[in-house]
Amino acid sequence: MSFEQLLFYAFSAVLILAAGMVITVRNPVHAALSLVLAFIASAGLWMLLEAEFLAIALVLVYVGAVMVLFVFVVMMLDIDMAALREGFARYLPIGALVAVMVVGVMAFVLGGGQFGLETTGEPVRHAADYSNTRALGQLLYTTYVFPFEVAAVILLVAIVAAIVLTLRRRPETKHQRVSQQVAVRREDRVRLVQMNPEERR
Amino acid sequence: MLQKLNIAIVLAPLVGAIIAGLFGKVVGRTWSHRAAILGVAIAFLGSLVVFYQIAVSGAEVINQSVYTWAVSDGVRFEVGFLVDKLTAMMMVVVTFVSLMVHVYTIGYMHDDPGYQRFFSYISLFTFSMLMLVMANNFMQLFFGWEAVGLVSYLLIGFWYTRESAIYANLKAFLVNRVGDFGFVLGIAGVLFYFNTLDYNTVFATAELHKDLTMQVIPGTEWNAMTVICLLLFVGAMGKSAQWPLHVWLPDSMEGPTPISALIHAATMVTAGIFMVARMSPLYELSTTALSVVLVIGAITAFFMGLLGLVQHDIKRVVAYSTLSQLGYMTVALGASAYAAGVFHLMTHAFFKALLFLGAGSVIVAMHHEQDMRKMGGLRKYMPITWITGLVGTLALIGFPGFAGFYSKDVIIEAVRHSEIPGAGFAYIAVLLGVFITALYSFRMYFLVFHGKERMDHHTREHLHESPWVITVPLVMLAIPSVLAGAMYVGDMAFGDFFAGAIRVLPEHDVLDQLAQGYHGWFAMALHGLMAPPVWLAAAGVFVAWYLYIRRPELPGRIAARFSTIHRVLENKYGFDQFNDWFFAGGSRGLGRVLWRAGDVTLIDGLVVNGTARVVGWTAAVTRWVQSGYLYHYAFAMIVGLLLLFGLFVLG
Amino acid sequence: MVELADYLIVGAILFCLSMAGVFINRKSIIILLMCVELMLLAVNMNFIAFSHYLGDAAGQVFVFFILTVAAAEAAIGLAILVVLFRSRRSINVDDVGTLRG
Repeated sequence: MSFEQLLFYAFSAVLILAAGMVITVRNPVHAALSLVLAFIASAGLWMLLEAEFLAIALVLVYVGAVMVLFVFVVMMLDIDMAALREGFARYLPIGALVAVMVVGVMAFVLGGGQFGLETTGEPVRHAADYSNTRALGQLLYTTYVFPFEVAAVILLVAIVAAIVLTLRRRPETKHQRVSQQVAVRREDRVRLVQMNPEERR
Repeated sequence: MLQKLNIAIVLAPLVGAIIAGLFGKVVGRTWSHRAAILGVAIAFLGSLVVFYQIAVSGAEVINQSVYTWAVSDGVRFEVGFLVDKLTAMMMVVVTFVSLMVHVYTIGYMHDDPGYQRFFSYISLFTFSMLMLVMANNFMQLFFGWEAVGLVSYLLIGFWYTRESAIYANLKAFLVNRVGDFGFVLGIAGVLFYFNTLDYNTVFATAELHKDLTMQVIPGTEWNAMTVICLLLFVGAMGKSAQWPLHVWLPDSMEGPTPISALIHAATMVTAGIFMVARMSPLYELSTTALSVVLVIGAITAFFMGLLGLVQHDIKRVVAYSTLSQLGYMTVALGASAYAAGVFHLMTHAFFKALLFLGAGSVIVAMHHEQDMRKMGGLRKYMPITWITGLVGTLALIGFPGFAGFYSKDVIIEAVRHSEIPGAGFAYIAVLLGVFITALYSFRMYFLVFHGKERMDHHTREHLHESPWVITVPLVMLAIPSVLAGAMYVGDMAFGDFFAGAIRVLPEHDVLDQLAQGYHGWFAMALHGLMAPPVWLAAAGVFVAWYLYIRRPELPGRIAARFSTIHRVLENKYGFDQFNDWFFAGGSRGLGRVLWRAGDVTLIDGLVVNGTARVVGWTAAVTRWVQSGYLYHYAFAMIVGLLLLFGLFVLG
Repeated sequence: MVELADYLIVGAILFCLSMAGVFINRKSIIILLMCVELMLLAVNMNFIAFSHYLGDAAGQVFVFFILTVAAAEAAIGLAILVVLFRSRRSINVDDVGTLRG
């Protein structure tokens, strides 16, 4: 088999194994780390598909930010490990069955030759000086600029929401109350006093 | 001018009824009865004028349409008057008897708290009866028919706090309803086949529809004219209390005596007879219908007379006598001797009203005691009542010269000559009926006015003749009871008095045959002395005298010896028990079954509560789907997705 | 030659794994959230594969946006989880089933 195929199978295997570990390990930290592995394997696959920018973005954003956040939260919550061990195997058969059935149907659809090379044609292999970033940027800032802005707003909303949900104020800490600061009036701060000038005797 | 008079005749009693009924408390008792009597008096005087014009002076028959109520699909529903000799005669009879009863009521109902209400009702009745007899179409006939039934209900139950009175008025109404059901079907048949309800149009085209047939039970053809006539006769059976719809008349004696005289002797019960006579053009075309009428009339005439022999209540005797005499009238109609039947209707109205009012006079004098076993020898105390009672009784049994003799004899002779199937049976029935009639009539007469005085001391002290308001009507009714027969037998029975109103086919015309032997009223009376009916009557009088004056202990012994027959007669052949058990009990039972099975079980339990229960059960089951667990919901989504996959991919 | 179908099958397997993870995992909401991330990853895989084989860069743009939204959603989801933990002291999925019927 060609090198490309070898890489493909290797990365896919790691990906699927890591995903399996995410759902089966007991310790949530192990699960988070398995997820990181899955993302990295996935990034490798995307490189194969000549989507370099997104592959790196996946690693930077997802692994770097989102997974770190996950690990933070896992560490922060004081989880009772013992309680987590119970009741796993009861639901395994039916869940596994349904999952297998869905896979089967999907494979039936996808493997039927509809998505083979005859239908799609040869993929375009770009030249060595092909910049995926540039190509993406050219598309993003012209045709899709509006969704781009909306995405920015969504991120803003997410930030605000997250803070609003989780912020706790402890009574003894000092903090600014911005609304009061803005609402202050001149009379509250300044008092003009009429005084006679002092005379030097 | 006569047309306006007709309207006045009909409306005057109605106005009197409204004043007495709605404003009775305001105007007081005296003005109430004055208003009612004035109304009926106007009607009576108007009727006399009309009778004179039409019957005596020979004016044209009036057929006027007063008001068109509706026109539907070419059929006109109108209020109108048809006044020919038949109607004129009926008008005079109705208003005269009504006037007498109105005057009589002043005395009879003197102490009653419902005084004004009573006057209102009897005036209302007069209005309804006049609408009935003066109608020129079937719809107005039906209106009058129902209205008199309604007023009869109101009057029988006049003392509505009495349990027996309520039972009686409901019984009368329901039995009448059965008759009315057939009547309405008959009218519907007329409408269906003739496409009009107007008398003249129907009678004119009756010949053309003679051979029409209809399929009542699919597969068998019945003559349409016969069916219509039979259905109309069912109505007459209800209204005129023919067997088997006779059961209501004896119970109707629960009402005050004046109305027994007015409604259940002279006028309402004769509505059926009048109707059949009016429909003579239709009945002549169906021999089957005539035969049925004949047989039923004969059964009623004979068997009801028998029941009069065992009654102890004075009003019940007269009631059964009325039933029997109605049977005679029906027999006459069935023998195609319509004129004779109507003639007997007229004479009977006079002497039966007289007998009822006389009984009322006795009841008042005896402080509302009605049991004849507690009367006796009253002729010494109440001479006027006694003489008029004797006159009425002689008229009833057919004593030669009195009114009843002429009318009854004509009927008996007509039946003898008739060739309609069943005439032989009818002849025997009416002939024997003469003996029975004489027997119970004079039984009543002797028990009340002669013999040993059986009342208690206190009542005897207070016995006296009734006031003039009661006795004057008695005398006024006694006069036509004597004279009306002789005066009119020639014209009405044998002549062509009713020629325009009543139609008889030549092959059925027995009266025509009899007319050949008629030589005047006196000759007829003499001839009658040599005929079986008078002998039978005489025999009846003799037997009555023997049993109740000569050997008064005999009736008791005979009753004991023939106890079975006596018990059958006392139970009125068991009709009341049968009706109570079968129809009344059956209806109640059916209602109960339908209520329990249909209403409670099916509708309430299954449909109403059942749907609620199903909804509740479904909700209780579906509730478990909302488990609250995320993974359950996700699982459900995936399973749904899988199903959709399967549908699209494989299906 | 690696075909489009191969990449799609990988995506499918990934999706089903994460789906199974959703309903066989009863214990921890965090695992649940991780499975959601896996599902998004599977979808992204599909998009990129199609974009490559059909030569249309719009697929990659879409993945760009999915990444954004996924990050936002993960953040908010975890914030909710933290607040939930503060009030209930447990992240067991069974304990948050109070909206039951």
